[in-house]
Amino acid sequence: MKTKRILSQEDIKRTLTRLTHQILEKKTSSDGVVLIGIQTRGVHLAQRIQTIIREIEGIKVPLGALDITLYRDDLTTVGSSPVVKKTKINFDLNDKEVILIDDVLFTGRTVRAALDEIMDFGRPKSIELLVMIDRGHRELPIRADYVGKNIPTSAKEQIEVRLKEIDEQDEVVIIEKQ
Amino acid sequence: MKTIIKGGRVIDPKNNLDQCLDVLIEEDRIKEIAPQIREQADQVIDASNKIVAPGLIDLHVHLREPGREDKETILSGTRAAAKGGFTTVLAMPNCEPAIDSPEKVRSLNQRIKKDARVNVLVSSAITLERAGQKITDLDSLQKEGVLAITDDGSSVEDSKIMLNAMQRAKELDLLVIAHCEDVFLSKKGVVNKGFTSTKLGLKGISRESEYSRVARDIELAEKSNARLHIAHVSCRESVEMVAKAKKRGLRVSAETAPHYFALDEEAAWSFDTNMKMNPPLRAKEDAESIRQALAEGVIDVIASDHAPHTINEKAIEFDRAAFGVIGLETELAVAITELVNKKILTLFDLIKKFTVNPASIIKIDKGALSPAAVADLVIFSPEKEWVVKKENLVSKSSNSCFLGKRIKGVVEYTFCQGQMVYARQD
Amino acid sequence: MQIFKRKDLLGLEELSKEEIEEILFTAESFKEVSTREIKKVPALRGKTVVNLFYEPSTRTRVSFEVAAKRLSADVINVSIETSSVKKGETLIDTGKNIEALKADIIVIRHGSSGAPAMLARHLKANVVNAGDGWHEHPTQALLDIFTLKEKKGKIKDLKVSIIGDIAHSRVARSNIWGLTKLGAQVKVCAPKMLIPPGIEKMGVKITNDIENALNDADAVNILRMQFERDEKAAFPQELEYFKTFGVTEERLEKAKKDIIIMHPGPINRGIEISSAVADGERSVILEQVTNGIAVRMAVLFLVSQSQEQNHEDHN
Repeated sequence: MKTKRILSQEDIKRTLTRLTHQILEKKTSSDGVVLIGIQTRGVHLAQRIQTIIREIEGIKVPLGALDITLYRDDLTTVGSSPVVKKTKINFDLNDKEVILIDDVLFTGRTVRAALDEIMDFGRPKSIELLVMIDRGHRELPIRADYVGKNIPTSAKEQIEVRLKEIDEQDEVVIIEKQ
Repeated sequence: MKTIIKGGRVIDPKNNLDQCLDVLIEEDRIKEIAPQIREQADQVIDASNKIVAPGLIDLHVHLREPGREDKETILSGTRAAAKGGFTTVLAMPNCEPAIDSPEKVRSLNQRIKKDARVNVLVSSAITLERAGQKITDLDSLQKEGVLAITDDGSSVEDSKIMLNAMQRAKELDLLVIAHCEDVFLSKKGVVNKGFTSTKLGLKGISRESEYSRVARDIELAEKSNARLHIAHVSCRESVEMVAKAKKRGLRVSAETAPHYFALDEEAAWSFDTNMKMNPPLRAKEDAESIRQALAEGVIDVIASDHAPHTINEKAIEFDRAAFGVIGLETELAVAITELVNKKILTLFDLIKKFTVNPASIIKIDKGALSPAAVADLVIFSPEKEWVVKKENLVSKSSNSCFLGKRIKGVVEYTFCQGQMVYARQD
Repeated sequence: MQIFKRKDLLGLEELSKEEIEEILFTAESFKEVSTREIKKVPALRGKTVVNLFYEPSTRTRVSFEVAAKRLSADVINVSIETSSVKKGETLIDTGKNIEALKADIIVIRHGSSGAPAMLARHLKANVVNAGDGWHEHPTQALLDIFTLKEKKGKIKDLKVSIIGDIAHSRVARSNIWGLTKLGAQVKVCAPKMLIPPGIEKMGVKITNDIENALNDADAVNILRMQFERDEKAAFPQELEYFKTFGVTEERLEKAKKDIIIMHPGPINRGIEISSAVADGERSVILEQVTNGIAVRMAVLFLVSQSQEQNHEDHN
């Protein structure tokens, strides 16, 4: 297994700041904006973005956590046995501008599940997607609105976004399986 | 017709024999037992590295005929016996209807004559219909060949009736076999009472339901001086009572079944209905005391309590399933594996419990390889290992508590009255 | 990856501490689903859950039904009246027929201990024990433990007293296995005749004194007293039972202030518990019902995810 770092701690910090500015630029106001992170790393990225928005705008935008396990399309597939984590959306989603946040965009299936789950919570005004890494290989017609970095990958490669909150350090690595 | 069995290790406890010898069978008799018999024979069997012993005797077998031929027949049951090395079995009388009259014994004997592959001895019920009320006509029953009386499956609840039956049995010198269970104590129980019944949430059968009845029947045997044989001893207290009775010189003998020394109550923890029998599998300490009683001679014989049941009566809820397991085909091997190989009994002493002991309890002239005796004998390989599999059982039923178990001891040939009634094929 | 990999949930005795903890953890996630406006997730969409009930039970059956429906499963309820005299189709035959309808999960309630285990051995479908004889009622114990953990934050070292007819209670047995595995100290309290032999080997203390059971307990689980069972003669009378074992406000005066009162229901007011206690502040009886759905959703979900094929057909 070969591991190559593609983003450092500094890079991640800079990227998140840039993405936050993009959101604010587009929204003109953070009013009505809510962040929803997909378990597990999407939630931590969402928390960081929430903090950056507060630093810039002085406003704490609502933050939710989404576990999409129960909406997966491969639950009946042999060998999945996923662990169900918590969904926590303590605010009304109706007419909100949702920024859905995940670490890596790959096939698009996770995002599909997340969209379905969000719809079960209400009818937001819009949903936009923010990802740290877009590695291609989409299997569904889904694209991200805010992308930290596009990294074309091969099927043998794996992308890992590592975050201090749960991993040892902040970094993004590409792992080549042999 | 002459058969020579060559080079086997002949173990015949009755004649205190344990050495490599040849055995010559002529017609239905044993002609000669000697080293190196050099006679022309029609059939020569190489028994080297094998044991040659008197045909085994099982004093507790339910052949189910007449009435429950769906479970077992005289033919299938005696084929199972032959495969297990048994040449004589005592058939229990709890058929449907119960064997409780001279006519029924006569009719049963006719069936036996026609179908049995080995010797089948007949016992009769103590009371009519095994209902515990009226004693059967023991005189006439004896004249039809009955050697023992028992209400097996139940105990005779009324002590007065049991005493009268024993007094009568004493006069006739009939053996009384006692199923010891106080149903008011064991009522509706299905597993050993204690941690097992508690853990499984099933009704328990207490040890006192067994030993309190052992105590009574020993008392009555003392009073009547009848010959009493305690069937399927399963717990420590029963063993102690038998030991005491023997010390006091009473005419009391006892048997246990292989599952009571090879298994314990934990085997029922999976709710496997093949682990359901009456008395139930008891605690580990009980199994240990049964083994000790076998070693010390307190328990005289091992008998299978072969109790066939169809799948319909076993593949149901545990509390509703029938009591009992088959045992003829596994009995010898289980005993070798659990007793001989674990140094509780010598092979010589084990064979005693299957031959001379049961023969003397039921008073038949069998269980020995004496010259001119009827040629009932078994040839087996004590070291050969096998796995008990449903598809290899010849009994009509497959409710064995040893399914899947790896055990040592394979019967190679069984001869009954000089006839080869079983030869291993595989 | 899941730790719980079993095809069936038959009892808590066979589960490891880790498996129980995972069910509880998963149930926490599922509890949130019932608070949503649309109380439904698609996890078991297209799956069929059959509630096979050989004993009447509205509460457990409804709880399983709600749980299955909130997971988007289709639910079929089958009630079979049985009496020991009546001869009918065997349990295995019934199970195979239900499986032939392509049922994925069979939830079974049966009067015979071990019936779910037997069914599980013969079927490929997942089998969930909803109470068998006096043996086990695993989902009830899991919801009791879940509720307790929610209230106390932990299970380890908690003192829990189970009061009532221990001898004839599957709820007691499952609670004992589950609580002791998670490190709680369990005491059972009943009249002598209702304490089954050898229960101390399950790791519990025994008392015949209600004061003793209440005094240092962090929680009590009060069992429903049933007086119609067959050993009637040996049972104390209802009023007498209330006097000697009933949990009342007066008896709770000496207990810890924050003691939790649990009851698997349905409650007999004035027999094992006074109305004041049942409706009082310390009672979590209705929360147990709510939590029952989350726990059963977790169980249905976890068994549905198992790939285990331990089925052996004896026929």
